[in-house]
Amino acid sequence: MDTQTAPLLRLENIWKRFAAAPVLRGVDFDVLPGEVHALAGENGAGKSTLVNIAGGVLSPDSGRIAWNGRPVVLRDPRAARRTGIAFVHQELALVPQLTAGENVFLGRLPARASWVRWDEVYSRAEALLSSLGCEIDPRALVGGLSIAVRQLVEIARALACEARLIVMDEPTAPLSGRETARLMDVIGRLRDRGVSIIYITHRLGEIYDCADRVTVLRDGERVASGTIAEMPEDAVIRHMVGQVPGLPARPERPGTRPTLRVEFPDARFELGRGEIVGLAGLAGSGRTELLEALFGVTPPPGGIFIEGRPAAIRSPRDAIRHGMALVPDDRKAKGLVLSASIRANLALPSARRFLIRKGAESEGARRIAAELRVRADDLERRVAELSGGNQQKIVLGKWLLAEAGIFLFDEPTRGVDVGAKAEMYALIRGLAGRGAVVLFASSELEEVLALADRILVMHRGRIAGELPAAGATGEKIMRLATGQG
Amino acid sequence: MNKHKGAGSSLPHHLLRRFGPLAGLLLLCAVLAVLSDHFLTFDNLVNVFRQSAVNALLALGQLVVIVTAGIDLSVGSILGFCCVLVALLVKSGVPAGLAIPLSLAAGTALGACNGVLLTKLKLPHPFIPTLGMMNVARGLALVISGGFPISELPPGVRFFGAGAVLGIPAPVLVVVLFCVLFHLFLTRTTPGRDIYAIGGNAQAARLSGVPVDGRLNAVYALSGFMSAVAAIVLAGRMNSGFPLAGAGAELDSIAAVIIGGASFFGGVGSVGGALVGALIMGVLRNGLNLLDVSAYWQTVVIGVVIVAAVWVDVLRQRASRRIGE
Ligand SMILES: Nc1ncnc2c1ncn2[C@@H]1O[C@H](COP(=O)(O)OP(=O)(O)OP(=O)(O)O)[C@@H](O)[C@H]1O
Ligand SMILES: [Mg+2]
Repeated sequence: MDTQTAPLLRLENIWKRFAAAPVLRGVDFDVLPGEVHALAGENGAGKSTLVNIAGGVLSPDSGRIAWNGRPVVLRDPRAARRTGIAFVHQELALVPQLTAGENVFLGRLPARASWVRWDEVYSRAEALLSSLGCEIDPRALVGGLSIAVRQLVEIARALACEARLIVMDEPTAPLSGRETARLMDVIGRLRDRGVSIIYITHRLGEIYDCADRVTVLRDGERVASGTIAEMPEDAVIRHMVGQVPGLPARPERPGTRPTLRVEFPDARFELGRGEIVGLAGLAGSGRTELLEALFGVTPPPGGIFIEGRPAAIRSPRDAIRHGMALVPDDRKAKGLVLSASIRANLALPSARRFLIRKGAESEGARRIAAELRVRADDLERRVAELSGGNQQKIVLGKWLLAEAGIFLFDEPTRGVDVGAKAEMYALIRGLAGRGAVVLFASSELEEVLALADRILVMHRGRIAGELPAAGATGEKIMRLATGQG
Repeated sequence: MNKHKGAGSSLPHHLLRRFGPLAGLLLLCAVLAVLSDHFLTFDNLVNVFRQSAVNALLALGQLVVIVTAGIDLSVGSILGFCCVLVALLVKSGVPAGLAIPLSLAAGTALGACNGVLLTKLKLPHPFIPTLGMMNVARGLALVISGGFPISELPPGVRFFGAGAVLGIPAPVLVVVLFCVLFHLFLTRTTPGRDIYAIGGNAQAARLSGVPVDGRLNAVYALSGFMSAVAAIVLAGRMNSGFPLAGAGAELDSIAAVIIGGASFFGGVGSVGGALVGALIMGVLRNGLNLLDVSAYWQTVVIGVVIVAAVWVDVLRQRASRRIGE
């Protein structure tokens, strides 16, 4: 940048390697005061690694970091926080047993002669939260708050520490459309206060809703950077992945014989072979609960019939025996054994013999990794070492290896880059083409509209209505989802 | 001008994970060899191995439990119970060939109780059922023995503690046999892998079709079985069954497993590590004896070693954890 504004944070020639290949290769990156700087790139491009370096979580192998023009060393997250850099994590960083107000001032409660001044804690927390447009009771326990509100509490905490730069790594991945819109509004308010933001997302539309500049990483190098006016969406995608393949044509449907029939008190529907059915609804409308009941995670509240015969599903194991597969909404909590290898994770549901057949497993794992374009040089590496999007591919991959026939997807493309997303869509179509049953829940309306043959809409734990894909619009879905159907 | 450093800053850390405990053991041996002429003799080394056998056998069972992110506090008491049981049985005329399998079955059953209490009563943490069993089994050992040791066992039992094959002490052979079996079980079989998956993330394992409760029951039963195996070896070596046998042994076995690189957080740990952990403790005790360090100070040293080893584990965890996704 030129003379008018000096950057707030400047990372220069940053190198970082974990095991073998370097993950960051001489990256330059800067953030101006009061700007929202978006960071885009494929899964595994190095985005999280770069911001973790900015947040003091990781230290670079080499390179220079300057804050307000002066060199700094960010030894750990606390040092970064003292400098003025705050990280908004998705969970974990808040204490669920404490109130929102206590969390906002955690570790720095306003006190006089070491007596905490609780009225001040709560009045200041309330003021901070409402300056973000969040009107919650600061005395509410954080454990009972939605993820979206917890994020706002984290942001309020960053403001309470007088952070000048807030790092957000895929903050909208777990959010619904409405919550995302609110976060965009909050980001606008932060910018007005002069706070800078580094913003990572795979939903490129958001970049144009909130960012001033965008930088694209590819294979650990900065390949493009510019204002959003200079970098339209197709340019960003081109820099990220080259060309995004279009959706493949919908294959002829091999006659939709009903294969899965569900008779729950609040949800009665049939799914046919080769059919892709979308499950839409607002956050908390019960989509995850429905899918988990179908999969036997919780006791199903009614009958499940497969090929016309009642299926006794009391555990996920039973469901798997009936050819079902669940890609859960939270890959870290429910989808992966992070401490185990890629191969072991992929083989877990399909290995049925007593002895592990390593050769066959490696072969299968290699095939799936290639099919899903998992970026990993060595399939014996721990899943924890993969980037978020590549982890998501492993969660899907294990069911492909298990040759399931009924796929339940809960937000399957969360955290997946645009290129891989298109591949996943193609893959889901391919599954249906081969006669699988697909039920997928998604908060992204475009995704539901583009992919589904039929859309079930949930509202307050019940199926509020059903729409054929032809003629369905986002508006019609939202009407059903908000109970105005 | 890039000035990035050469290959892999995390490479030593990988090596540390794999060979750290072994390096520690070798270092310890080297130091003791310098300090004491007697340490590096064949007789002494065999002796160390023999004295470590009971702890190593308990550590194998404890390892499998700790890999599931659990803990088994009852191994020492189950050992005590089985020790008395096998002695009582042979003394009352049951042939060793029957008394030994019966004792193994009893240990397995007590261990299985731990598992069933954990999975069926949904007790919040294995600490609780195994703490209960620690008291119950010790109490039973005192009840059936009346509190007195039962001495002078027949050769069929003594063999496993004091016998030898081709000059190799039987306890050493038993340890080697079970190490091989456990290693194969944990690395080459699907139930073995399920155990790592449960420790790494029980919820994900369940959603992948792993029968979590069944595996946990089996794991605690296995730990009880190994306590019984250790009991036979100990009874044979002491030529008696005494009701306080194995008091405090649960903590030694936990220490061996943790020194050997397993993690209390679950999902990590190996047979080689646990064996090395047990040997480190054995060598340490032996060496301190040779150096005429009093038993009191030995306890202090062992305590320091345990904490230091777990501290290394914490450093490792910190180095390999990644926040922010
Ligand atoms: N602790 C680690 N050990 C080894 N490799 C790692 C580790 N952390 C990250 N990597 C590797 O570094 C690369 C970049 O990872 P990073 O998480 O920065 O990607 P990302 O751009 O955030 O991707 P995503 O969009 O999928 O979140 C990946 O190839 C990943 O496998
Ligand atoms: Mg990432």
